[in-house]
Amino acid sequence: MAKKATRESYGAALVEYGKDERVVVLDADLSKSTKTDMFKKAYPDRFFNMGIAEANMLCVAAGLAASGKIAFASTFAMFAAGRAFEQVRNSIGYTKLNVKIGATHAGISVGEDGASHQCLEDIALMRTIPNMVVINPADDIEAQLAVKAAIEHDGPVYMRFGRLAVEDVNPADYKFEIGKGVQLADGKDVTIIATGLMVQMALEARKMLEAEGISARVVNIHTIKPIDKDIIIKAAKETGAIVTAEEHSIYGGLGSSVAEVVTDAAPCPVKVIGTESFGRSGKPAELFELYGLTPENIAKKAREAIAAK
Amino acid sequence: MEKRRKTELAIIANKVRKNAVTAVYSAASGHPGGSLSVADVLTYLYCEVMKVDPKNPKMADRDRLVLSKGHTCPALYSVLAYKGFFPEEDLKTFRRVDSYLQGHPDMNKVPGIDMSTGSLGQGVSAAGGMALAAKIDNKDYRVYAILGDGELEEGQVWEQAMFASHYKLDNFTIFVDNNGLQIDGDVCEVMNPTPIDKKFESFGWKVLTADAHDFDSLEAAVCEAKATKGQPTAIIMKSVKGKGVSFMENNAGWHGSAPNEEQYNQAMKELDDKIAELEASL
Repeated sequence: MAKKATRESYGAALVEYGKDERVVVLDADLSKSTKTDMFKKAYPDRFFNMGIAEANMLCVAAGLAASGKIAFASTFAMFAAGRAFEQVRNSIGYTKLNVKIGATHAGISVGEDGASHQCLEDIALMRTIPNMVVINPADDIEAQLAVKAAIEHDGPVYMRFGRLAVEDVNPADYKFEIGKGVQLADGKDVTIIATGLMVQMALEARKMLEAEGISARVVNIHTIKPIDKDIIIKAAKETGAIVTAEEHSIYGGLGSSVAEVVTDAAPCPVKVIGTESFGRSGKPAELFELYGLTPENIAKKAREAIAAK
Repeated sequence: MEKRRKTELAIIANKVRKNAVTAVYSAASGHPGGSLSVADVLTYLYCEVMKVDPKNPKMADRDRLVLSKGHTCPALYSVLAYKGFFPEEDLKTFRRVDSYLQGHPDMNKVPGIDMSTGSLGQGVSAAGGMALAAKIDNKDYRVYAILGDGELEEGQVWEQAMFASHYKLDNFTIFVDNNGLQIDGDVCEVMNPTPIDKKFESFGWKVLTADAHDFDSLEAAVCEAKATKGQPTAIIMKSVKGKGVSFMENNAGWHGSAPNEEQYNQAMKELDDKIAELEASL
């Protein structure tokens, strides 16, 4: 099956669902990388390059939204969630304005550009902002449907897209709902809860565990906030052990979100896979190995979680 | 402007000053200095220039105003109350835990507030976004923003200045409240933003100057801004921080502190005397 980067899906979805005349798209000199150039080509009158000035871009998006537009603002995750955090908090989150942040090049899979561009903090940052929806799609169809759902949702949404091509994990007739996790495979010994490109690795880890006689459930959490508490509590109660996997810091992301839910409602061992340090230059596959973002490590942590029951 | 109308506006502006100082006094906190320096321009814009409807504050084609220096909202709240957006007596609830009149403006709580502001530099960008929306929709509403001169130290202001000029937002007018003082003192000593006019000119803006406390001067500048095509306009208003209350004038100490009872009574007396004098001249 052909692989596709979710940033490509983002560009395609903007063209498809951007038929809605209310949609306007802003970019900060990265339209060729974020793929908003596809929207620019289709709807040149509703695309605005804002130059390398992210703080202004996010607040202009807020002003457009305050005037009836569905304003998409795109740049790399580092600059959307990082550099412009306070603009997002005060002018978009606090105001609950209809701004959709399309943040691409998230995580270490950015690769060769190195630590300065590998945003591993965006989920944590965006999750702390009241009113903000945080979505981290796993594959092409999920990314496209996330854009559609973001347009239909009244309020701010942060969408995290990747640079690296990923496999399809969802079926062609996939139904996407904000805040609703997806069980991709059932299991009884442990649950692997993954997000973004780690979902494909979770499915591979499941196969490895299966060969050892371990039955692992796999849950895709595309919406980190609001998180699907029910699917997590059910997994905790029915399988008694959880491993989380994300291409993000272990502080404040998916793992933290899952731990918050189970600690409150159904305590069980939770092993969190993510990063703890800055990234570095390298090929994505080399970096995944280096930082433990692999099916092998997920399988290892699953065994540990089961042992800790 | 006709002399009688000018006097009427001056009376309104001084009532706005009274209510702004009363709000800060009632809260025992807030920002009286800058509120007093923008009282006249806010009165002028809402009473003479802007198309707004207090009964329909979200009217689609209304003119918009973003108080980018959001801390001076006591003056904006007072003008909005005068216009009938909400009851004047609510001004005394300013900054109280059960009040909708937050310490900095909240567009989702207060009728007539077009953008939540408070973090300097952000409001002016949002206002630019509103002006861009009008252009996209071929609407003829205009967008105004008021910035402090200290606020010009925020880098985002200059990102915005590039943007509004680049997209030729001639429906966009900003006022720089050039009272020369910020929290830590003289703006030129804290971090010199001058020459303000040449900076905006070099960013491609039409630059005008005005006396922030002279309605004729404000009117002339706004008329010229409206007639300007192909570029946004910055009106650099020379103003007096604390204008209208003698002991607050030109004193950075009154940026963010509330008067005590004696000071409050003195402020009310000065403003009442001024209003009486203006009324007698009608």
